Amino acid sequence: MSDEIRHEWPLFEVFVRAKRGLNHVHVGSLRAADHTMALHHARDLYTRRNEGVSIWVVRSDDVAASSPDEKEAFFAPSGDKAYRHPTYYSIPDSVPHI
Amino acid sequence: MTGEEVFTETIAKDQRVEPRDWMPDGYRRTMIRQIAQHAHSEIIGMQPEGEWITRAPSLRRKAILLAKVQDEAGHGLYLYSAAETLGADRGDLTRRLIEGRQKYSSIFNYPTLSFADVGVIGWLVDGAAICNQVPLCRSSFGPYARAMIRICKEESFHQRQGYELLLTMMGGTPAQRDMVQDAVNRWWWPSLMMFGPPDDRSPNSAQSMAWKIKRHSNDELRQRFVDMTVPQAEALGVTLPDPSLAWNAERGHYDFGTPDWAELTRVISGDGPCNAQRIERRRRADEDGAWVREAAAAHAAKQTGVPA
Repeated sequence: MSDEIRHEWPLFEVFVRAKRGLNHVHVGSLRAADHTMALHHARDLYTRRNEGVSIWVVRSDDVAASSPDEKEAFFAPSGDKAYRHPTYYSIPDSVPHI
Repeated sequence: MTGEEVFTETIAKDQRVEPRDWMPDGYRRTMIRQIAQHAHSEIIGMQPEGEWITRAPSLRRKAILLAKVQDEAGHGLYLYSAAETLGADRGDLTRRLIEGRQKYSSIFNYPTLSFADVGVIGWLVDGAAICNQVPLCRSSFGPYARAMIRICKEESFHQRQGYELLLTMMGGTPAQRDMVQDAVNRWWWPSLMMFGPPDDRSPNSAQSMAWKIKRHSNDELRQRFVDMTVPQAEALGVTLPDPSLAWNAERGHYDFGTPDWAELTRVISGDGPCNAQRIERRRRADEDGAWVREAAAAHAAKQTGVPA
């Protein structure tokens, strides 16, 4: 029997493009020995019903992510910049096409 | 805000908890147990129907059954990855299943005696599973809720193929109709038990409701299943084996008899007709597959020069 470490292959994150013109979207994760196997498993696991036209797989330990603890520091600074939105500016109703 | 405050507010606002958020230890433990038990059920659930793949009566039925059993495997895998987001280890979960330290749905410990059982499993067992699972699409734990949305979409095919199979058999010979009725007689009560013990004997329910990882009580869902199923049984032309089953106009629901809870306790604690066989088969598959996992890992390491 294999020992604990070798029981599992590495974890991969799977992204599927549903159809041409759309972004790849994260759909879940899976275990595979390498990238080729990860692609095949992703095809079998996440696209059994024509859910996609293209798949990306990325090793989960290669993903860098922002931390929930840093949410304030990370995202708060854009909160008070209302002038970045078009609705910040008042334009008379009589002006067309703007 | 502290992690705990964020958690409490997230639950109160009916938003989703994500894996890296702070959560109470009890919440994490309960979620791992719930998701693992569900994953194990999908994986063990391949066995009762899988036994009929080589004996399906036509190529069409065989292709359908293969696709269905493949879906069950897929559901198990979605769920194991949801459990892994909480820090559980997939190999460890499999070991816990094999060693009997984690449970799976008691329904899969009953045998499939005829091909009609395949139809009845689709209709009743998957029907009950849908009743249980649709509310879980709103589970407060994000990865579980997302896996459930995917699973529920696929379960609808499972239920419809089962019902259509039974309709076909009911249009056949008297012997085929008897097979359907016999399968219904055997699966009806175990299907009702799938919703768990009655509310007054379900000790963890209150906490699970508060955490919004359970949305309706066992008895509520059981009633919903009975109300859904009775007209389907009539349309099919079978009798549900419960003399107490009757429409109650006052309640606006069907009254029905009490399942044999002692039987449920027995089957859950390992003493059902097929418990030993199901676990042994899973243990053997894990052991027989070990060399494949090792060979693939060795191949990957050789290609990259880095151990996987």
